[in-house]
Amino acid sequence: MKVTPQYLSEQISSPTALMVWLCTLSLGAFVLGVLIGSDGFENPQNALNNSVSLSIIYDIRLPRTIGAWFAGALLGLSGALAQGLFRNPLADPYLLGSASGASLGVASVLVLVGAGGAAGNSSWALKLGLSSAAFLGAILAVTLTLILSKGVQHTLRLLLAGIVVSVILGALTSLATILNPQITQTMQSFLLGSTNFINWDSVLLLGSAWFICSVLAWLLSKALDALSLGELTAVSLGLRLRPVRFILIAALALAIGTSVAQTGLIAFVGLAAPHLVRSLVKVTHNWLILLSSLMGALLLLTADLGARILIAPEELPVGVLTAVIGGVYLLCLMYSHNLNSDSL
Amino acid sequence: MLDVLSQLEFRLLMTQTAVSIQRVNAYHGALQVLQDIELDIKSGQWTSIIGPNGAGKSTLLKVMACITTFSGEVVFPKLASKNFTEKVKARHVAWMGQNQMGADDLSVHDVAMLGRIPHQGLLGSPTAEDRRAVEEALKLTHVWDWRARNLKTLSGGERQRALLARALAVEADILLMDEPLANLDPPHQTDWLQIVKALISKGKTVVSVLHEQSIALMSDEIIVLNCGQIYHQGASSDPSTHRAIENVFENRIRVEQLDGRWISLPKMISDT
Repeated sequence: MKVTPQYLSEQISSPTALMVWLCTLSLGAFVLGVLIGSDGFENPQNALNNSVSLSIIYDIRLPRTIGAWFAGALLGLSGALAQGLFRNPLADPYLLGSASGASLGVASVLVLVGAGGAAGNSSWALKLGLSSAAFLGAILAVTLTLILSKGVQHTLRLLLAGIVVSVILGALTSLATILNPQITQTMQSFLLGSTNFINWDSVLLLGSAWFICSVLAWLLSKALDALSLGELTAVSLGLRLRPVRFILIAALALAIGTSVAQTGLIAFVGLAAPHLVRSLVKVTHNWLILLSSLMGALLLLTADLGARILIAPEELPVGVLTAVIGGVYLLCLMYSHNLNSDSL
Repeated sequence: MLDVLSQLEFRLLMTQTAVSIQRVNAYHGALQVLQDIELDIKSGQWTSIIGPNGAGKSTLLKVMACITTFSGEVVFPKLASKNFTEKVKARHVAWMGQNQMGADDLSVHDVAMLGRIPHQGLLGSPTAEDRRAVEEALKLTHVWDWRARNLKTLSGGERQRALLARALAVEADILLMDEPLANLDPPHQTDWLQIVKALISKGKTVVSVLHEQSIALMSDEIIVLNCGQIYHQGASSDPSTHRAIENVFENRIRVEQLDGRWISLPKMISDT
């Protein structure tokens, strides 16, 4: 039996079936995530009887696993939103400058605090400062993009302004890193992304952001469907594009700001999740945003497991794995589509 | 002022006007695309807009649909209130653009259902009425049998019919179509004509921008547009309309009668 996208899409014909699949797989990954530690798989029976194991599970692995799920869900959701909003399958949720804004925020705090140590040594206050700086940086960068593009009216102008903001803020971040070489290591771990620092507070933040953004996206899913036929058609159907775009961009900024603040820049989940969903089922946006969330969550959860297992007891940065897994799968998808039809 | 407006509206209602365009100017950047357009589109008729490339036909249609920026006024006499909402207007006027790309991942049925957005709430699922309208539109355009297929898998003409179904599903009183025959083979062009005739017989108003002049000559009225201005407006059978068409196309075509129908033929240099 060969598991090709075609095979899978024959098995998973309805969005409900895909949802059940994604939830089941997530649950499996969740159980593994809770039970696998730096010294391998733990017998659940033993863990329940050992208070040290229990506290490790409760204080470290449980929030990390749940948080990774929410962070992945936020990335998948924002990928679907960005691709729908910009009517471009290559749209990445880090467009509009949010990623470089978050990086600059983190770099600024590190320079100001003069933190020489690696992220592992950072105090709780520094961690909170970094998360807030990343969040604020992302939101401010998107706001700057909106100002430069003179509002949300023109998609192309928005995209170009986003690129300009990304390039300039990215250059400033590089400059800060070169002038303060002691922050390089912390910056590097932020840029690669990590689920290491997720605690229960982060879980609450990630969960609330996911809930708010999902509701907003779901309310506007019909508008996203209409937009797929072009902006003029959407307007001719009585949709008011300006508020729709504004709310979607706000949701995008909230989703990316929150996930970047808690986990750093995790590559590819946002771009790949909606594509993986679309390769399996053909759905309208109300389903796409939900399924992309679930797919992103599963991707990040699996990658996080891999990151913890592959070179245990050391850990890989999860962003490296998401990039590899997502990239390889997208490549497979592209090739299998190319073999069967002329267009992807 | 109020009296003047109500008089105007009264006149428009009396003359059975579906759309009235007053003092409309439109620009693409610095370029003026439409210049002082004054135009009434008759209700319950099929009007075609023809003219050379770049004459402003598509822009004029977008002005009628109120989906582009312009100065001046567009009045829909049948809409009770002058301050109608976008949604009310969207139920009254449907617009179909030319060469619309996108929506590749949606099924034909989903695309047609988009036409029901003006009738739906933000979240409500399709009602029985929505389903009926969509089914009717899909059957009229002969795409019902492959309603589950994705737009991506369709040929240009099939795609065009799916998009036409989307516009029909709105069930608007006024249907504006920009080059609806693009990519359609002759049998499906005939189908399109039948759809238009059926709409007119139900009292709807159809406005189409057409490059197929022989088909445009089958409409009730023709608007000849040239350089952003109305060059001529008249019945399609009127000789002055035919001369106007020949003129704006630099007399390189001629309108002739064949079997009781008016057709437009390209004129070669040898045909003097």
